[in-house]
Amino acid sequence: MTAPTLEVRDLQTHFFTRAGVVKAVDGVSFSVGRGKVMGLVGESGSGKSVTGFSIIGLVDPPGRIAGGSILFQGRDLAKLSEEEMRDLRGNRIAMIFQDPMMTLNPVLRIDTQMIETVLAHKKVSKEEARQRARDTLGMVGIPSPDERLKAYPHQFSGGMRQRVAIAIALLHEPQLIVADEPTTALDVTIQGQILAEVQKLCATTGTSMIWITHDLSVVAGLADDIAVMYAGRIVEQGAVGDVLDKPLHPYTHGLIGSVPSRNKRGEALRQIPGMTPSLLNLPEGCAFRARCPRASEACLAEPVLAEILPGREARCIHPHLDASEAA
Amino acid sequence: MTVYLVRRVLQALLVVLAMSLIVFIGVYAIGDPVEILISPDADQIERERAVQALGLDLPLWQQYAVFLTKALQGDLGRSFVYNEPALKLILQRMPATMELAFGATIIALIIGLPLGLYAGLRPDGRFSRVIMAGSILGFSLPTFWVGLMLIMVFAVYLGWLPSTGRGETGTLLGMHWSFLTWDGLRHMAMPAINLSLFKISLVIRLTRAGVRETMLMDYVKFARAKGLSPARVTFVHVFKNILIPVVTVVGLELGSTIAFSVVTESVFAWPGMGKLIIDSINVLDRPVIVAYLMMIVLMFIAINLIVDLTYSMLDPRVRLESKAT
Amino acid sequence: MSEAIITAKATDKVETPFRRFVFEFAESKVALGALVVFIIIALLAIFAPWITPQNPYDLAELDIMDGRMEPGTVGGAGFTYWLGTDDQGRDMLSGIIYGLRISLTVGAGSALIACLIGASLGLLAAYAGGRTDSVIMRLVDLQLSFPTILAALMILAFLGKGIMNVVIALVLVEWAYYARTVRGTALVERRREYIEAAQCLALPTHRVLFGHLLPNCLPPLIVVGTMQVARAIALEATLSFLGLGVPITEPSLGLLIANGYEYMLSGKYWISFYPGIALLITIVSINLVGDQLRDVLNPRLKK
Repeated sequence: MTAPTLEVRDLQTHFFTRAGVVKAVDGVSFSVGRGKVMGLVGESGSGKSVTGFSIIGLVDPPGRIAGGSILFQGRDLAKLSEEEMRDLRGNRIAMIFQDPMMTLNPVLRIDTQMIETVLAHKKVSKEEARQRARDTLGMVGIPSPDERLKAYPHQFSGGMRQRVAIAIALLHEPQLIVADEPTTALDVTIQGQILAEVQKLCATTGTSMIWITHDLSVVAGLADDIAVMYAGRIVEQGAVGDVLDKPLHPYTHGLIGSVPSRNKRGEALRQIPGMTPSLLNLPEGCAFRARCPRASEACLAEPVLAEILPGREARCIHPHLDASEAA
Repeated sequence: MTVYLVRRVLQALLVVLAMSLIVFIGVYAIGDPVEILISPDADQIERERAVQALGLDLPLWQQYAVFLTKALQGDLGRSFVYNEPALKLILQRMPATMELAFGATIIALIIGLPLGLYAGLRPDGRFSRVIMAGSILGFSLPTFWVGLMLIMVFAVYLGWLPSTGRGETGTLLGMHWSFLTWDGLRHMAMPAINLSLFKISLVIRLTRAGVRETMLMDYVKFARAKGLSPARVTFVHVFKNILIPVVTVVGLELGSTIAFSVVTESVFAWPGMGKLIIDSINVLDRPVIVAYLMMIVLMFIAINLIVDLTYSMLDPRVRLESKAT
Repeated sequence: MSEAIITAKATDKVETPFRRFVFEFAESKVALGALVVFIIIALLAIFAPWITPQNPYDLAELDIMDGRMEPGTVGGAGFTYWLGTDDQGRDMLSGIIYGLRISLTVGAGSALIACLIGASLGLLAAYAGGRTDSVIMRLVDLQLSFPTILAALMILAFLGKGIMNVVIALVLVEWAYYARTVRGTALVERRREYIEAAQCLALPTHRVLFGHLLPNCLPPLIVVGTMQVARAIALEATLSFLGLGVPITEPSLGLLIANGYEYMLSGKYWISFYPGIALLITIVSINLVGDQLRDVLNPRLKK
């Protein structure tokens, strides 16, 4: 088995604010193999986006990586200098953001924004850079790329813009792409199209991907593995089919159960009671304790991420092991 | 686009007309020039003759009608004092004022933009705080006093620069300009700097605010995620975005600067439109006052129009949308 | 970007908005210092007749032989002319303190009157809407698009010199800022429920306007008002310098500076210099206070 493209070990990213230290990412570990898609799932505030930014090194003050390691092709990204990180960004590791209208600079043309990315990492002529841009646009299914290159972002539809963003990510054939909720702002149909294309691309180019989202349905069709995050920690991890069919952790169980499409008509929508805790004021023991229907006295002790079933980890002392409880 | 232009021009003409009425009524209600221009011991007949000569015996609305018809032919009356067409006097002095105003604007941009950029990129730095403190000073300092101080330091004590006047001028396009000669530039230095002080502060504050706002934008983070050098992120991505509002405001301020040159020209005895108007107010040379106000109004409107057009050219979102409609 | 949900811890003591405001204002030592300076200046101006060594406008106290003396010389009457004298033998220090009086009175006075008029019109425009709003706003636009200094010059040329005329001119050029600011805030506040509630109670319009709407429009008004006072003072000084402001009998700092203009070239700088410094300190301190007020009262900048 080849070494994983990315291996995150006990990553800690903390924000040092006036109100206190916010442990946005508190001991996260996972690995992504070559050509595989890892779905990082969680609600807002779970730390999933911050994990993504930590990997690419764009955590801004007052936050910073406080511990752990991010092994990418043998190098620990957490320990690299800004110069070395910049060398990797857009080159070996690329990122796609959520809202393409705001991620593309509105006053610069598409070709400018693509050519500068090419030229930032390779010494080629402008013409060659333009050709590369054209090719990549074709790869993501954008017709008449020459015209599109001369256009401005606001002249595109949302789906097109996101395709451009993906194209930019692909310009240097990165080994890893971190996608932070890239389809959340798009129509469902467009979403489907983009997901299909991304899947195809990863399969053909061998690019690893981390797909950050709160939407389980997206992850279900796309990812190979899934890691569920809650309050800065991973609470469940495993192959996507296993986790979604037979979730171990009560939170995952609740998430899947609360998806509206799973409801029978007339039945009340199932919800996880309560709210995500403030990261400044985490409760003692298991972070999910206050909302968990299976919580007990024993949950006052902090549970660790343990391999409960082969290939599957969960951070719970009362996981749903009973097969009949499948959601 | 053309429809828009035509509409704007028509609107502008309406405003000019309204202003002409206000100006006319306002100025002609100021005092009685006859008293000023005619010696007190002139007798009744001489007085009447003078009044007739100046057309002051006609009813107000008739005076306005005469004024309007003449204005449309380019005759805005003759100065009581200089006995020359008022318009000609003003146009003669326009280059002097214009080069001051433009000089001040250019200085403001050259100094203000970099300083504002720095203050925005490193908002908590020592130097940034100094810059911001300086900017408060810039718009608090009364222009005329700073002018006096400049004269005191650079002309009286150090003797580096001449204190008043315009110096030698060169000719370009049939008009006289100071910036074409070295001596002229020396004369222009202090007044232009004096006039620019307020604007420098404005540009610094605008730029800094713009930079701080822009740095928080997602596209800046995305640019960094692409691995672009910090220089490129700052000078291309950030800069182009803040340039638009800054240039717009500076453009709009140009009109105010031209008006405000009144003060600087008085302090430095710079023979521009401003000095002319002050002198004219003091002696109630009505035609000159009217002509000046009309010119100012025209300039303001023209500047506003040009700035609007420039804005739509600079911001691709505006430009391309108007093409589509 | 950062998803961290930060909730502030509950504080123990009760914090009224006013206390919080005072605390936040005091965070800037510079603004605090400026406020102190301004209070000192205001006090100097108020108590001028009692603290100055000489009344510079009482001709009996002047000795023209003491004219144009350098700062620090001792005059015929036995006290030191700390800041020198002008061409009439007037003690500069006394002249400046009296001048401060005029400058502050005219500046603050006109700002206050303009504020009252402008704020009322702005409130009316926002509340009444429709035609009234259009008319008032057109006037505001017209006023604002005309350069302040020119408008003031024209008005003063029409009215002639004199303190009251200067105040009138300043009010006429300043009211528009207040009107526009207040209207903007009022338009937002108008839709809030407490206004509806007041209207339901059938309170008379002026009660609703001044008792309910106005207090909530105060924060930006205070900021604008402070900056405007500084502007008014500067504008009056400029107009007086140009010879179109206050009369010679009641010179403001601007006129004092104008008096010294002709002596600049012969090296007798103090006649213009010191009044200028006084003017400068006044304006800068007001602006510093106003700057901090704006940062504190601006909800958008709250971290």
